[in-house]
Amino acid sequence: MDAFTTHTGVGVPLRRSNVDTDQIIPAHYLKRVSRDGFEDGLFAAWRDNPDFVLNRDEFSGGSVLVAGPDFGTGSSREHAVWALQNYGFRAVISPRFGDIFRGNAGKAGLLAAQVDDKVVSRLWDLLEDKPGAVVTVDLESRTVRAGEGTDAIEDSFDIDDYTRWRLLEGLDDIGITLGHADDITAYEEKRPSFKPATL
Amino acid sequence: MGRTLAEKVWDEHVVRTAPGEPDLLYIDLHLIHEVTSPQAFEGLRLNDRTVRRPDLTLATEDHNVPTLDWDKPIADPVSRTQVETLRRNAEEFGVRLHALGDKDQGIVHIIGPQLGLTQPGMTIVCGDSHTSTHGAFGALAFGIGTSEVEHVLATQTLMQTRPKTMAVTVNGSLPDGVTAKDLVLTLITHTGTGGGQGYIVEYRGPAIEELSMEGRMTICNMSIEWGAKAGMIAPDQTTFDYLADKPEAPQGADWDAAVEHWRSLVTDDDATYDEEIVLDASTMTPFVTWGTNPGQGVPLGEAVPDPASFDEPGDRVAAEKALEYMALTAGTPMREVKVDTVFVGSCTNGRLEDLRLAAEVIKGRTVDPDTRLLVVPGSAKVRLQAEDEGLDVIFKEAGAEWRGAGCSMCLGMNPDQLAPGERSASTSNRNFEGRQGKGGRTHLVSVPVAAATAVRGTLSSPADLPELTPTDA
Ligand code: SF4
Repeated sequence: MDAFTTHTGVGVPLRRSNVDTDQIIPAHYLKRVSRDGFEDGLFAAWRDNPDFVLNRDEFSGGSVLVAGPDFGTGSSREHAVWALQNYGFRAVISPRFGDIFRGNAGKAGLLAAQVDDKVVSRLWDLLEDKPGAVVTVDLESRTVRAGEGTDAIEDSFDIDDYTRWRLLEGLDDIGITLGHADDITAYEEKRPSFKPATL
Repeated sequence: MGRTLAEKVWDEHVVRTAPGEPDLLYIDLHLIHEVTSPQAFEGLRLNDRTVRRPDLTLATEDHNVPTLDWDKPIADPVSRTQVETLRRNAEEFGVRLHALGDKDQGIVHIIGPQLGLTQPGMTIVCGDSHTSTHGAFGALAFGIGTSEVEHVLATQTLMQTRPKTMAVTVNGSLPDGVTAKDLVLTLITHTGTGGGQGYIVEYRGPAIEELSMEGRMTICNMSIEWGAKAGMIAPDQTTFDYLADKPEAPQGADWDAAVEHWRSLVTDDDATYDEEIVLDASTMTPFVTWGTNPGQGVPLGEAVPDPASFDEPGDRVAAEKALEYMALTAGTPMREVKVDTVFVGSCTNGRLEDLRLAAEVIKGRTVDPDTRLLVVPGSAKVRLQAEDEGLDVIFKEAGAEWRGAGCSMCLGMNPDQLAPGERSASTSNRNFEGRQGKGGRTHLVSVPVAAATAVRGTLSSPADLPELTPTDA
């Protein structure tokens, strides 16, 4: 996984709450067996609408999505994270994420930055007033920044320490855990015999 | 101090704990299916890793399999590749697979319990959010993403931060005709879709204890729909009786040792939860959703709510959007909502008990001519048992479609989908926009409501159906 320290890119306001992973990518698009090519399915139901934010030229090349609360609830499909990344997003900002989505994002290297409701409202206003404006998400200092002068927005975001560390270092979880193989073996030696096996 | 059920199971699985790091938890059973595993196996291959414990892993085909002509090669080439990829991976890594056509094939969350592989006190994960279903046995079970699937394959462990605990105590008894599904839909409307976030929830109290294992699974299944990490119910005699004759349940001395241990898996009297909710089952009625998330529901006897009636501005906007998508007008009695398709199935309500309940309502009646009833057993075994009992004949005689096992219209990945604008009453768990097909409109309902709706053509409960005259019966 590539390390993530800070990112600045065009902010895309998604003025919706409860965007579940079926909205992010419908099941119909989950048939591929690779981790790429899912951008076509991203927000598929809304992409038909010419006014949908991703269809507007000012937001082309957007890489920081700003969404309402409860983003990524529902299905565990990591394809939702891949679809966002395949499309070009590096970070999603929301007041609240679905648990599994947030976990998946952390593993796949998409920054899920949790901010206050008010920050999202202000970012939405700014990005709609000044389409194409950039947003910075700085993982090192855990801050989100956008706008200039009197419009400037600067606030902190939440992300758990462990995920932050892993993203900053670009570390692979499996590699870390395999380093504890002795602990796993020791645990296995004392597992009760009545536990079921599939083979 | 005493510990909760969730804490006991968690503690038993900690492989390693260190300050500032998530716990490393051992996983007792890893369930796999064709949609969320291919990239995980590919990851193993790319990094020259292997499956640490194929003997604690079980694969099946469910999400993307056809329910018609399932004994022939899969027609859609992309779907076929996905299923064939799972078969190749299972073969290469030595994982047991119940493929289409096998009598143990079916929805992951149906076959684990049915085989007896789901047991109290286990940790169970799967690349599917409704893994919470297995919590009905007092297991700690939750959904994971594909990167975590790869992590479990490679290490048989997961890194997890210990969640908070919540108790949902349900007093009283459910009235006749009111099911576990109505209970959980009532709960989710009460808490909202984010109400359980960050918690492992334990369902307890007399109304929960009275439920069959099937009913308990329906409740735990929908834990994720109010954001909970997992749902659990303490194992009791109902649990042990269910497991006793299952093929993979412990035998002989192992059974005795297991039951002795399982009996200890209850929340201690002096344990405390971080949060507690108390509900009364005796006031509950058949419950249906009107909106586009499972927290937007009302009793069947009520009307489509007015968005203006919501206090929170966010809820108001969400309600407006939902009514627009659902093409519903505030004030319309739910019973007058006309339904095009009824879906009975899914890991929420696709077990034999559910099909029996549906058949009981359908028997001697016919499906409304403008309505389609699709009955999809949750597993091949459920299908075979139902056919043994003649349930398929009851459904077919009433004009319903009887299908092969799989997730089917629950997620609209295979050809079983709603057409744009079509409206369904569905025993599944998600009424998200487009969940059952692009532009489709879903009402979540219990099994008896689904069956009665198929007969009347509008949202209904069995009490709304005319009595069968003796000649009909
Ligand atoms: S039936 Fe539906 S909810 Fe259950 S596993 Fe299949 S797709 Fe998921």
